[in-house]
Amino acid sequence: MSQARLLTYQILVAVVFLLIWHIGSSVEIFGVYFLPKFFFSTPSDVFFRIIKLFSGPLIWKHLSITLTETILAFLIGAGGGILIGFWFARRPMVNAIFDPYVKMANALPRVVLAPIFMLWLGLGIWSKVALGVTLVFFIVFFNVYQGVKEVSPVVLANARMLGMDEKQLFRHVYWPAALSWMFSSLHTSVGFALVGAVVGEYLGSAAGLGYMIHEAEGVFDTTGVFAGMVILAAFVLVVDAVVTRIENKLLVWRPEQAGRNEA
Amino acid sequence: MAKAVSLQSIDIVYGGSGGYRAVAQASLDVAEGEFVSIVGPTGCGKSTLLNAAAGLLTPAMGQVAIFGHVLNGLNEKAGYLFQQDALMPWKTARDNIAIGLEVRGVAQAEAHRQADDWLAQVGLQGFGGRYPHQLSGGQRKRVGLAQMLIRNPTILLMDEPFGPLDAQTRQIMGNLLLDLWSREKKAVLFVTHDLEEAIALSDRVVIMSSGPSATIIGDHPIHLARPRDAMDVRLDPAFHALHKRIWEQLRGEVMKAYQGGVV
Repeated sequence: MSQARLLTYQILVAVVFLLIWHIGSSVEIFGVYFLPKFFFSTPSDVFFRIIKLFSGPLIWKHLSITLTETILAFLIGAGGGILIGFWFARRPMVNAIFDPYVKMANALPRVVLAPIFMLWLGLGIWSKVALGVTLVFFIVFFNVYQGVKEVSPVVLANARMLGMDEKQLFRHVYWPAALSWMFSSLHTSVGFALVGAVVGEYLGSAAGLGYMIHEAEGVFDTTGVFAGMVILAAFVLVVDAVVTRIENKLLVWRPEQAGRNEA
Repeated sequence: MAKAVSLQSIDIVYGGSGGYRAVAQASLDVAEGEFVSIVGPTGCGKSTLLNAAAGLLTPAMGQVAIFGHVLNGLNEKAGYLFQQDALMPWKTARDNIAIGLEVRGVAQAEAHRQADDWLAQVGLQGFGGRYPHQLSGGQRKRVGLAQMLIRNPTILLMDEPFGPLDAQTRQIMGNLLLDLWSREKKAVLFVTHDLEEAIALSDRVVIMSSGPSATIIGDHPIHLARPRDAMDVRLDPAFHALHKRIWEQLRGEVMKAYQGGVV
């Protein structure tokens, strides 16, 4: 299918979706509305609400809070995951001792930690960051661990024959191997950082996109809830696009990215 | 001439004492500037012997001497070309070649200049910016060759380096190797399962018995004129006589390995 045709079909899906929503919520059929306004709002109301939100100053504050929480959660979680992942992979004894506890902690649904983080860290951004960190940490940890463990023994032997000492092996072999695994899970881990932030905000806070949605829900403002959801979805797309760019830049050596300059 | 490599009745055992005795009582000397091939049936421990000379394996009995000094740890005078892909996939061809100098403390600009020089010597001019996955199997072997030679080792250890390549590429690589070797003669220990390749390249062909407890059972000097062409020399009647004589001995071992269920 050509690019233009694909785009046409993609737009068509959106148009049909909005049309059904619009008709269901504002045209009376056999004396009833299939999608009552109270529960479903209408596409035009949601659209104008978004316009109104973006003409005020408040939305930028919410966005920047959520973005800050996401970035902090990602950085702290990824940093911890890299450090501990390396440590565990290079010290099998440590790994063996902690293994059941790591599995236990990872099995726990992270949402149940939210109340405890609120108690410990208050209603500000840090309780949301903590929630995001618990999600990001494990993804990065498992990937870095795997990356260090699965360095090809031949590449390693070759590097040693080329005269590398432990420090150089770390820098030229282990580190790039671990990073490549970490970056392969970058989309997931950034996504989880955002989930942590929004869920945290939703459960108790005074700012952020999650808070905005929660606040609208509290007064049965469906238009506000849908507007918040649309903004959140757009926000995720932007973050994802940025991650893709970073990834393409850092992983040029990977076969998947080869297409363009293949022999 | 001084002995570059001297394996003195070494035993190599996998899995501690009482484990699998791969090599028993193997002795082999390689003089400075001499090209020696080891040929033997599959699984006879040819690579094991090479790893002992590299210092990647420590013999359970006997010792390895390099230029008269007992080897303890890695053999720093040796370069090693592995059968499998051993290039660092996250480094370009140029960086892969230059790294052997950089870890030694050579400035990056100088290391890159020499790497480009080596790229040209192995016929890969202009391929410096490619990542390993963007190169063919033969090209990767050329990079491997340059990576090993840039450190100017006095001993070259090669473990079926051209094994994964197709027949024509192998002969081209054989000629490239002979060409590079003839400029500055280094002691070479070359493992192969291909008797023709061994005769075409070497000064001496040694035969290993089938494992376990494999050892060296034959030593055949190859008095074919140098410089040689690895392709044309195969048409020489003297080549055929040598091939016939050595194959008679090798065939017995191959059949033993076959009956032992190794093949």
